Amino acid sequence: MTFGSIMSILIMSMLINNVVLSQFLGICPFLGVSKKVDTASGMGGAVIFVIGIASAIAALIYKFILLPFGLTYLNTIVFILVIAALVQFVEMFLKKSMPGLYKALGVYLPLITTNCAVLGVVLLNVQNSYNFVESVVNGLATAAGFAISIVILAGLREKMKYNNIPRSFQGMPIVMFTSGLMAIAFCGFSGLK
Amino acid sequence: MMKEGSAGERLFNGIIKENPTLVIILGMCPTLAVTTSAMNGIGMGLSTTVVLALSNLFIALLRNIIPDKIRIPAFIVIIATFVTMVDMLMKGFVPALYAQLGIYIPLIVVNCIILGRAEAYAYFNKPVSSFFDGLGMGIGFTCAITIIGFIRELIGSGAIFGNPVGNMPDFAATIFVMAPGAFFVLATIIAIRTKIINNMEAKKGETLSVKHTDRDADCATCAAAATCHGKFYDNTVKVSPENKEVKA
Repeated sequence: MTFGSIMSILIMSMLINNVVLSQFLGICPFLGVSKKVDTASGMGGAVIFVIGIASAIAALIYKFILLPFGLTYLNTIVFILVIAALVQFVEMFLKKSMPGLYKALGVYLPLITTNCAVLGVVLLNVQNSYNFVESVVNGLATAAGFAISIVILAGLREKMKYNNIPRSFQGMPIVMFTSGLMAIAFCGFSGLK
Repeated sequence: MMKEGSAGERLFNGIIKENPTLVIILGMCPTLAVTTSAMNGIGMGLSTTVVLALSNLFIALLRNIIPDKIRIPAFIVIIATFVTMVDMLMKGFVPALYAQLGIYIPLIVVNCIILGRAEAYAYFNKPVSSFFDGLGMGIGFTCAITIIGFIRELIGSGAIFGNPVGNMPDFAATIFVMAPGAFFVLATIIAIRTKIINNMEAKKGETLSVKHTDRDADCATCAAAATCHGKFYDNTVKVSPENKEVKA
């Protein structure tokens, strides 16, 4: 493990294989919570926070419990329960000891349990047999990629309010077209490989 | 009109009336991710259908035992169990398809259609009608993603179910099997459906589609709607004049 390999994971997960625009994980909050820039950035922040912790804890559980006891077939069940419990725990912990941060992230936390990006990142870490540091870096980079794309989409949607959109395309279709154009733009990053 | 809760009524409801993908816009992640070909669509659709029908059946059977407060974790455990079973079976019997669908098979756990149906239907209804509700929703999902896969495969690689059509592959627009194509095809399908319904409404002068408020439409696309019951939406969106744009 070198500095170079960490950097390459960082760039790959954040831009080239962007979690939303090229892997289609976490589409639901991407489309649902992207109406305003401030809610979108709040969601992005909460996702970075939760995915960072989840990938660290899941990496430890995988290495010290699932792998030694030959329980790797329970991956999916264990990880989803860990994520659900973790989100609850983080929420309680923040409420008690960091009220400022809780106020900023609070409403977004429960929404993240069913965000498939969290489970997706954890499963990908295992699939690519990343070690602890690589898992955490991959988690944080993926989440940062999510935050970048949701904030960009929210910005575009705020501007789109003033546009005259054909009636059939109002609502979801035009948001999806916008995301498609963003996905084309992100395809350009594959030149960084 | 068919009897409420009968097998036929539930199937019709899932496939046509409340098609999860095209009408309620749920479960977007697999819809966009695996539809690079029609075959992938069918594979993903059928595995989701199995999980959906069986988890609905078991949640309905256990609905009087599961305490109200911990129902969501209980649902997740039941769903994850079936997903793990499907995952192992597919790895063993259809390894080629399994390799294509990859990580999206275990991710069926967080498919919002499944948790959504558990919360909205199976937890309150009898096992048989819950089973058919799951089956109908699953078939509706399968049809929708197979159609999307068919269109993307035809335009993007000039083939139908993997068989090249004439000299279509020479004119294939590769972008349709890449990520952006998924957004474009789905957006167009939803727009066409809206157009058709709008036209029918204009002709008949009555409301055919279920009219959603802003909140319904936003919560429908949200994975966590089952757990938050719109509280999040009420907290973050204050209704001001600029928020009152017209939604489809």
